Amino acid sequence: MGRAGTLDAPPPLDVPPSRRIFGLETEFGLHLAGSGARKVTPEELASHLFHSVVQWGRSSNVFLTNASRLYVDVGAHPEYATAECDSLADLIASDKAGERIVQDLVPTAQERLATAGIEGRIHLYKNNTDSAGNSYGCHENYLVRRRADFASFASTLLPFLVTRQIVTGAGAITRGEGGRRFSFSARADHMWEGMSSSTTRSRPMINTRDEPHANPEMYRRMHVIVGDSSIAQPTVFLKVGTTDLILRLMELRVPLPDLTLESEMRAIRDVAHDLTGETTVTLADGREMTAVEIQQVYLDTVRGHVGGAIERTDEVDALLDLWQRGIDAVREQRPELVATELDWAVKLTLIERYREKLATTLSDPRLARLELAYHDISPETGLAARMERDGLIATVVDDDAIVSAMTEPPSTTRAALRGRFISAARGAGRDFSADWAHVKLAGDGRTVTLKDPFRNTDSRVDTLVEEIEAAS
Amino acid sequence: MAQIQAHGAGGDEPEDDDAGLVAAPQANTDAVDALLEDIDEALQTNAEQFVRSFVQKGGQ
Repeated sequence: MGRAGTLDAPPPLDVPPSRRIFGLETEFGLHLAGSGARKVTPEELASHLFHSVVQWGRSSNVFLTNASRLYVDVGAHPEYATAECDSLADLIASDKAGERIVQDLVPTAQERLATAGIEGRIHLYKNNTDSAGNSYGCHENYLVRRRADFASFASTLLPFLVTRQIVTGAGAITRGEGGRRFSFSARADHMWEGMSSSTTRSRPMINTRDEPHANPEMYRRMHVIVGDSSIAQPTVFLKVGTTDLILRLMELRVPLPDLTLESEMRAIRDVAHDLTGETTVTLADGREMTAVEIQQVYLDTVRGHVGGAIERTDEVDALLDLWQRGIDAVREQRPELVATELDWAVKLTLIERYREKLATTLSDPRLARLELAYHDISPETGLAARMERDGLIATVVDDDAIVSAMTEPPSTTRAALRGRFISAARGAGRDFSADWAHVKLAGDGRTVTLKDPFRNTDSRVDTLVEEIEAAS
Repeated sequence: MAQIQAHGAGGDEPEDDDAGLVAAPQANTDAVDALLEDIDEALQTNAEQFVRSFVQKGGQ
């Protein structure tokens, strides 16, 4: 046994309550457009896409040098899970890096299809529904301190999650009784209940499966699966940033107004379908409130604690500013207030302008085609890269940060350890296994367990990396 | 925590708060029109077939 195996795991770090680990998991839509589409199943297409990954990783489920995870999930969806991040900037960079990593798999897959005589072009969408109405997700992970009353703690978040779509929804043309309409979220129609430990049989808003990927005595994971995938960086910023602020207050046991809904499932649909923001939802205590009012209560509550329970920073100020403008945009019916920052408004602006030009209705397939182009992550066939260049979509992190995040892990969390280990092992051509809380060299009896996601240094990993480098 | 500021087109310009509102980044209609002009042909080509052929299974 080598030295790394005999070293003790370091004690858990004592971290301030404001520091949180976040992660985002994104399932991408995979589409072969062209005459060859009938010749290949989604599973076969996914396997062509992951051919180059299997070549080096011997699996279609791998961890990368940037410490994130890349795999094929249920339904043949390519999925990318960011490494654990403790800042919104790192999270956005890792999330955007993931789009490029997945998109970079396309050329090899395209060649393989050509060799097999299958015609068509591969498109990858960061969206949440296909044309048949199948739904797939973007999951948000927030590490929270373990507590005995987790279920009631988590349910406190539900009214916030149901109504936040009026600011951070992706916007979508959806099918309604009176024909097509523009909704805040397409995903809302696929959410069935508030909380559950299952994700595919019943689709909950918060998944309660107890999988902290960290010291289970100290932490739990708040696994929010009700959000939309986001294209515009400021939408990711607001989606995760505001949820973190609410969780901070909840963890500090600051009493929040009781806005428990009578039916989360009905409310999430009613809110999604009403772009005017005037439809009310029924609270458990019988009150009727609009989503605008509910979001404003949360924003005012947070604002009241800035400078107290929540330290005032430029980032908190930017979050509150965008949050307020997002609520105002709905209340005043002025999407232009957030037309470069929040996905639903960016999309609505684009779709409405094209609809006017074509003098058509929302049921026109050319508008659905435009919608797919908005979510297409290719720099050639997708719109986001150009819209960012033209100032039509705002950014939060610069391109250098995204390029760096494609290979480098976030430096301030456990991800730094996993990334360093994987870089060393791959550099030396050594087989290894890794997951969120473990790293191990193949043929070596030692598994190094990394239970503290806040810890970015560990002498056991130093030793392991030194041994790999000395042996190569 | 990193200090980041969400910024949009014209984000470096001074904010106009005459009306007591924070000036929001405005989507530039000319740029939207130019974009739509450039992608119009691609969007028009077999749009219905393109959209209908995107069918996948549900995920999580």
